[in-house]
Amino acid sequence: MSAIADRPGSAIDIEALRKRLAHGGEMWRSLDEIAGAADFRRFVEAEFPAIAERLPAKPNRRTLLKLMGASLSLAGLAACSRAENIVPYVRQPEILVPGKPVYYATTLSSDGFGIGAIVESHEGRPTKIEGNPDHPASRGATDAVMQAAVLTLFDPDRSHTPLKDGQPASYGDFLKTMAGLVSRWTASQGQGGALLVEATTSPTLAAQLGALRTRYPRLKLYRHDPLAMPAAMEASRTLFGSALTPVYRFDRAETIVSLDADFLGEGPGRHAYARDFAARRRVRDPSDRMSRLYAVESTPTITGAAADHRLAIKPSDVEAVAAGLNAALTGQTGASGSPADQALMTVLVDDLKAAGRNALVIAGAQQSAFVHAVALAANAKLGALGNTVELTEPPDSLSVDGDLGALREAIGDGAVDTVVALGANPLHTGPANLDMRKAFSGLNLLVHHGLYRDETAFLAHWHVPAAHELESWSDIRAYDGSTSLVQPLITPLYDGKTAHQLLAVLGGGFEADPLSLIRQHWTQLDDDAWRKALRDGVMADSAAKPVSVTVSPDLAGLKPAAKAGSGIDVRFVADPWLRDGRFANASWLQELPRPLTKIVWGNAALVSPATAERLKIGNGEVVNIASNGADVDAPAWIVPGHPDETITLSFGFGRKVGSVAALSQGYDAFHLRRGSEWFAAGAAIAPRGNSVRVITTQHHQAMEGRAIVRHASLDAFRRNPDFVRKNAPPVPTESLYPDWPYDEEAWAMAIDLSACIGCMACVSACQAENNIAPVGPEECERGREMHWLRVDRYYAGPLDAPDTFFQPVPCMHCEKAPCEVVCPVNATVHTHDGLNAQVYNRCIGTRYCSQNCPYKVRRFNFLDHQSFDKDDAGPEQGAHNPNVSIRSRGVMEKCTYCVQRISAKRIQAQIENRDIADGEVVTACQQACPTQAITFGDRNKKDAKVVREKSAPQNYALLEELNTRPRTTYLGKISNPNGKLAKPGEATDG
Amino acid sequence: MAEASANSPAVLRGRHDFPEISGRIGSIVLGGRLPRHFWTAFLLCFLLVLLLLYSITYLIAVGVGGLGINMPVVWGTMISNFVWWIGIGHAGTLISAVLLLLRQPWRASINRFAEAMTLFAVAMAGLFPILHLGRPWFFYWLLPLPNVHMHWPQWRSPLVWDFAAIATYATVSLLFWYMGLLPDLAVLRDRARSRPAQLFYGILALGWRGSAYHWARYQVVYFLLAALATPLVVSVHSIVSLDFTFAITPGYHSTIFPPYFVAGALLSGFAMVLTIAIPLRWAFSVKDLITLRHMDNAAKLMIAAGMVVAYGYLSEAFFAWYSGEPYERTMMAQRALGPYAPLFWIMLSLNCGVLQLLWFRRIRRNMPLLFAIAVAINVGMWIERYIIVVTGPSRDYLPSAWGEQSLAWLDFGILFGSIGTFFALVFLFIRILPAITIFEVEELAEEEGKIR
Repeated sequence: MSAIADRPGSAIDIEALRKRLAHGGEMWRSLDEIAGAADFRRFVEAEFPAIAERLPAKPNRRTLLKLMGASLSLAGLAACSRAENIVPYVRQPEILVPGKPVYYATTLSSDGFGIGAIVESHEGRPTKIEGNPDHPASRGATDAVMQAAVLTLFDPDRSHTPLKDGQPASYGDFLKTMAGLVSRWTASQGQGGALLVEATTSPTLAAQLGALRTRYPRLKLYRHDPLAMPAAMEASRTLFGSALTPVYRFDRAETIVSLDADFLGEGPGRHAYARDFAARRRVRDPSDRMSRLYAVESTPTITGAAADHRLAIKPSDVEAVAAGLNAALTGQTGASGSPADQALMTVLVDDLKAAGRNALVIAGAQQSAFVHAVALAANAKLGALGNTVELTEPPDSLSVDGDLGALREAIGDGAVDTVVALGANPLHTGPANLDMRKAFSGLNLLVHHGLYRDETAFLAHWHVPAAHELESWSDIRAYDGSTSLVQPLITPLYDGKTAHQLLAVLGGGFEADPLSLIRQHWTQLDDDAWRKALRDGVMADSAAKPVSVTVSPDLAGLKPAAKAGSGIDVRFVADPWLRDGRFANASWLQELPRPLTKIVWGNAALVSPATAERLKIGNGEVVNIASNGADVDAPAWIVPGHPDETITLSFGFGRKVGSVAALSQGYDAFHLRRGSEWFAAGAAIAPRGNSVRVITTQHHQAMEGRAIVRHASLDAFRRNPDFVRKNAPPVPTESLYPDWPYDEEAWAMAIDLSACIGCMACVSACQAENNIAPVGPEECERGREMHWLRVDRYYAGPLDAPDTFFQPVPCMHCEKAPCEVVCPVNATVHTHDGLNAQVYNRCIGTRYCSQNCPYKVRRFNFLDHQSFDKDDAGPEQGAHNPNVSIRSRGVMEKCTYCVQRISAKRIQAQIENRDIADGEVVTACQQACPTQAITFGDRNKKDAKVVREKSAPQNYALLEELNTRPRTTYLGKISNPNGKLAKPGEATDG
Repeated sequence: MAEASANSPAVLRGRHDFPEISGRIGSIVLGGRLPRHFWTAFLLCFLLVLLLLYSITYLIAVGVGGLGINMPVVWGTMISNFVWWIGIGHAGTLISAVLLLLRQPWRASINRFAEAMTLFAVAMAGLFPILHLGRPWFFYWLLPLPNVHMHWPQWRSPLVWDFAAIATYATVSLLFWYMGLLPDLAVLRDRARSRPAQLFYGILALGWRGSAYHWARYQVVYFLLAALATPLVVSVHSIVSLDFTFAITPGYHSTIFPPYFVAGALLSGFAMVLTIAIPLRWAFSVKDLITLRHMDNAAKLMIAAGMVVAYGYLSEAFFAWYSGEPYERTMMAQRALGPYAPLFWIMLSLNCGVLQLLWFRRIRRNMPLLFAIAVAINVGMWIERYIIVVTGPSRDYLPSAWGEQSLAWLDFGILFGSIGTFFALVFLFIRILPAITIFEVEELAEEEGKIR
């Protein structure tokens, strides 16, 4: 406050400012709103002159993004004004060597389930997430959301301080209020109290909740998980009387039928499933075998793109297909009415029967209990139950008093007057028809615990900032029940509390230490076992044991629930990266192209080409979707292969809380949702007549007859293993330039297009590893996104049922690189180990290299996207990899094959006086890939894995006719369609 | 020339004497009383100079992201402006050097401002490769200077050749122009009344006294420089075209480019000569010095160069098809039918369509119409360069990377700013230096027997 005293003229009324900031439940969206006010500016100038200088009078969006908002609420500023002296280590911790990263195993949560991670930490600063190879749900793989954990950790928009009625308050005051609540509940046995939790698998949390309910018998517990898919449990409860969850074994599956299941892209076991699925389809030799996947789906997914046969149908028709399948398998007649292509159904059933116990029928998690029952019955009938499907106790089972609807009812009845919401944000994610705002407004006490000051936080009487996963002690279970610990990489940046701490407070443990709360739960582990669990990242043999069951053939009376809808079906999906919107403030995720649509910074309503034609709508044209009395405006986006008369709406957007989220566009699909439904029939679509921009990173979808993704069916491959050479242009062998000599390594990469499922984990990992700047929606719209690695998506074949191909395109590191010869200043040069290196310091930005790159993999810093000024640094810079330099405006950049990782391993090898071993250098994209589609290594080593991959008959180089001689090569895509179904499966695209 | 002059207008009209010629031309400079519309036009150009300064400041402060370029089309108007301006410069060199060596007497009254035009056009052109850079403040790294990086430029890159070619061209053009100015500067010194003017022109005239020795030396040097400048007419734009042909981008990678670029340069250069000469002879009443004959000849050269350009278009399209390369074929089809198709067809209709009007003598000698055609060709040639720069990369090898760039206000700000600056320099030149060569016109009058 001394600054204000020095300048009496600028003295301002902080109280009034606070009031202005805290009025009602209304929230400020971003810097635009809050910093626009003159008195706020004055306050900042007085208190924080350095920031005020950088606070633009009219904030421009790019500055905003650069600072990631630097969310300048009073509370936040107050929090960082605590001065600290930084001194070097007097006695250095034993494991900490400056410049050498330390790796810790922990577990990240994905919709409540654990996925094991190894986190790279530089001097106590977590910078990069890798998968934990020992963890069953990761197997070494990661995904985009996990990669972004370091970004959300350092997000300056995170909640910094407790709020009382929307105003900054101290945690001590909160505890005082809680002490009152505890004594009240103790007296009344928890009468009128309710806890609202999200999906969770934490054993400690479950135990704490149990203890609380014992302590307060009248305390109610509700679960609100907007992405909950309860049908599987419902089916299992009806069939077996207890809730069981299926765990699939793709490594044993020969024939897979997916009934609207996106097992590669969704669900807590997706990495493990993708790994097993791809491994079962790895073909390097004509004698190799591969599994076959039939996918019936109601919205295009990456699973459908990977399928050998795909059938797109309306969501309400999936039950009919399931009924048809059930009838065909049980030998009943009357399987008519199924909209599925009868020819497809016949071969599908034949294939399933032939596979027997190695068959696998998967029901989509969003699908009805009937479909789940059919899948279980089919697996049981085929003998697959216990082989390809194992049923286990669900890790997330929690006995609750109901969902959000039940809570709403209880509040309405006056049975509940106090709610403690842990993590959940029902004001945004709740169904529109419940009107939770009204319900919550009438409460005596609403306590909210969360990472952000979201809608619920501002309405709440008390908001307590949550500790980030990377700041927390906790425990969590994976899809198969394996338990692992969550350990903090850093002390909470903003004094956040874990959910365990909050529950302890409710139980009277005001001073509970986050670690001891977890440790106390695991008293059965001695110190060695505890340390081992921490080090391994998973507790050995903690997976749930399969339960054996029998399925009654009549499906216990389960019947198709959905009526064949007239009108248009709405299919809700969660955005693959933002989920229900909780990650909306992560710029990496906003800017990561969605696998199929390649849309960034917003969402669109996906429709089929035929439906778009009927409704006379084009891409970006706004349509009004009305269903169940609610309606939402959304831009249409035509997706080849989308089922007709269906519209796909995704959650996660339309929410402006946080400065990054405020930049994105999109609609809020929760407005249209009732209950926890995933489908709505009978919607009406009316074109609005106007258009809005939908930003996509790929504008052309066809290969134009070029041999880009070369593909063949397994049969064609067996007949002609050299299919990639067929119809392909000839490859020149001579060059004017002499060959490069390689005395040491010659790095090279192979990418298996059969294994690539297009999940985008590699792109996200590349962004995290290489400090790639997000550029924001405006720049993306102009085509200036910076991803070094992109995943191209091509369609081939008919518009309504196309084949979908994914092709990751990093730098090819050409032997005869066209970029190298045209750079006037030697900024792009060939290294001794074969890399095509980009020297940022030398680059003056002629951009000739990019003009001459046939792969267009180079990325140019058109504007200053990352700040060099230390005064400009926001906390998000903590996520930067210190081993990769930040690029300035005006220089070219591109994939380096993770040269910093190569250098680190070379230094290590030289210290130990040995060669770099095969597999020692792992690129970020390779490490993240769940299907191990990417292989990297030294081409000079005869027995290197990359050499083996490249010697596969289907190995080819992209645009090899140009004589660029890429070091990155591709293994042509091989699919396994059933020969009985006429399908073009030959050679290259034509 | 004998029978040609029978039905074509004379190079010089009327009868003159030496004091009359030097007085008339010199008075434009020394009299200082220029028509009001001269200053009005100059003011307009000056506003565009301010626009250029603002645009350049913005570009350097914010970055090339202010332009419409993107990925995949990372080259844009900065390159097309560059090629356009360099092309415009060509007519000046051709008129002054090649026609001098070929002893074409009609060049005499137009060579001076054509050379000045060359110089200013090259000055404008020289800006663009620098403004194009992502980090323009390091443009000198293209020079083979000992520098902190301890390495030379890479000689395989056409950009280095380009840099050398433009530097040579600018140097030779400047010397040639200045050399030609010497006798006239001396005339101005002698005719000047005010002391500052005498000093100014006196210093610039380098002590020229018009002795026989001076004239003998002058002739040798002037013809030597002309001989040096002549190959540059061909080489500079050929090297500029190598920036494109050296790349493997479809639409760039074509051997027709060097001659096609040179022809295009002459076409646009003569169009610019006409764009300046027609208002000039009208505004300063020198229609007897710059006659219809000059206009007619320039128009004829335009149609000659224009037909070579049309042949270039044709052979580009033909070889794209004949090569059998799917990439070239797609690019060419997309150029004609894709997102840049409107520009492509406007270019064809201007450069090939409108140009054909010049076959008619009545049109060639109708000054307002000829002026309009010259402006249309200038526009058409700018579009041609833009199309060459952007269509190739926008439709190259991988369809997933296809995309188009846009044009931002900054693109237009810099283009129109440079046009304004160019004309502002022309205006200043007319005000300060004799726009018509005094001694050559006198020589011409003598040779043609038109001395009173």
